[in-house]
Amino acid sequence: MLALFLREIRLGVRAGSGAMTGVLFFLAVVAVMPFGVGPDLNLLARIGPAILWIGALLASLLGLDRLFQADRDDGSLDLLLMAEDRHMVALTVFTKCLAHWAIAVLPLVVVTPLLGIFMNVPPLGIAAATLTLFVGTPAITFIGAVGAALTVALPRGGLLVSVIILPLTIPVLIFGVAASRAAVAEPDPFLPPFLILAALTLFFSVIGPVAAALALRGAAD
Amino acid sequence: MRLAVENLSGERGGEAVFSDISFALDAGQALLVTGPNGAGKSTMLRIVAGLLPAAEGRVAFSGSGEFPDIRAASHYLGHLNAMKTALSVEENLAFWRDFLGSPRLSPRDALDMVGLGEIGHLPFGYLSTGQRRRASIARLIVSYRPVWLLDEPTAGLDRASEDRFAQLMRGHLAEGGIIVAATHLPLGLEGTRELRMGEEMLGAPGERAKGRGVSGGSAI
Repeated sequence: MLALFLREIRLGVRAGSGAMTGVLFFLAVVAVMPFGVGPDLNLLARIGPAILWIGALLASLLGLDRLFQADRDDGSLDLLLMAEDRHMVALTVFTKCLAHWAIAVLPLVVVTPLLGIFMNVPPLGIAAATLTLFVGTPAITFIGAVGAALTVALPRGGLLVSVIILPLTIPVLIFGVAASRAAVAEPDPFLPPFLILAALTLFFSVIGPVAAALALRGAAD
Repeated sequence: MRLAVENLSGERGGEAVFSDISFALDAGQALLVTGPNGAGKSTMLRIVAGLLPAAEGRVAFSGSGEFPDIRAASHYLGHLNAMKTALSVEENLAFWRDFLGSPRLSPRDALDMVGLGEIGHLPFGYLSTGQRRRASIARLIVSYRPVWLLDEPTAGLDRASEDRFAQLMRGHLAEGGIIVAATHLPLGLEGTRELRMGEEMLGAPGERAKGRGVSGGSAI
């Protein structure tokens, strides 16, 4: 499994573009927002965490459709599925998700503080948004793996992946935004939504890979 | 160790591709699967490998300890090479060696065996078609599997590489391995059995369109 993780990381670093595309898209979404809503600093500060979350959610959908398709195109997927007796397929999927998250989504979390400044979010809010993104985005990747596995046989399944998984990511978005806003808006408690967010990630880290493994086995041809 | 295929039928998209194929192989035996395009050679290999469900019949494999079922016991070399173009040839092989387990030769030794010793450091994407094929043949020997399922293994290989590959296969059979190879070209193996697929189908193409059970295959 470590070998698979390292291979995926190496591929992500060599191919390069994945992480940059996501970060640039994230930047674009957040940067145009003040032009859309106007230069009201208080308003921006209030909606800032939500914009950061929506931007990160959309940016993390990019590239998800290639998660298994790249392996299918070069024949690796057959071998990954055939090795089932040594490596459970769900575990293989889990490892690929972790690697994808580290390569394509972690950079989004890293640039969040910078983009938070664009939105005039106070330092505490920036810290909360970054932390909730760090905890919540793996759930999006695990949900995305199901969509990617379902559409693995379709030549241009990119949009379909987003359509399939966006409804499922809404709980993650709700609790992620609730937690990061609670850090700034005084009476709201931070911990309950944050813990639910963490629970969602743990929940989907089990359900996602198992469902994706089933879908992959069904899609074999 | 014994690989037995009984009355196997396969279909693609609900249409029968071949039906009623039977053969049995013991340790040290090889089977060449021949036949015209579309006779179902690749489909048959994928069913044997456990990548596709069989429409009818079954694939029985009696293995030993480490390799209980056919999927765990086989190397599958399909049309695609299962290598990443962005990684070097050696990195690709090292990954499969780790991932597949039962390590045998080191990637470097395996590349020497297929005559690619000099270019292991190059990204796989820079290789020519024949070199890519040789690199994926090297995958067969970096980790051990008793059964080799080969789909057009020599496509794109030059004469010298074919001979080297034949030598590898002879070595594998001498160790008590099993080889099932779908091919158009002679593989340079002596004493192999041959399974001709889909010959009746050529005579009656209309039958296939009706989706009835078609091509008979028989091991000679």
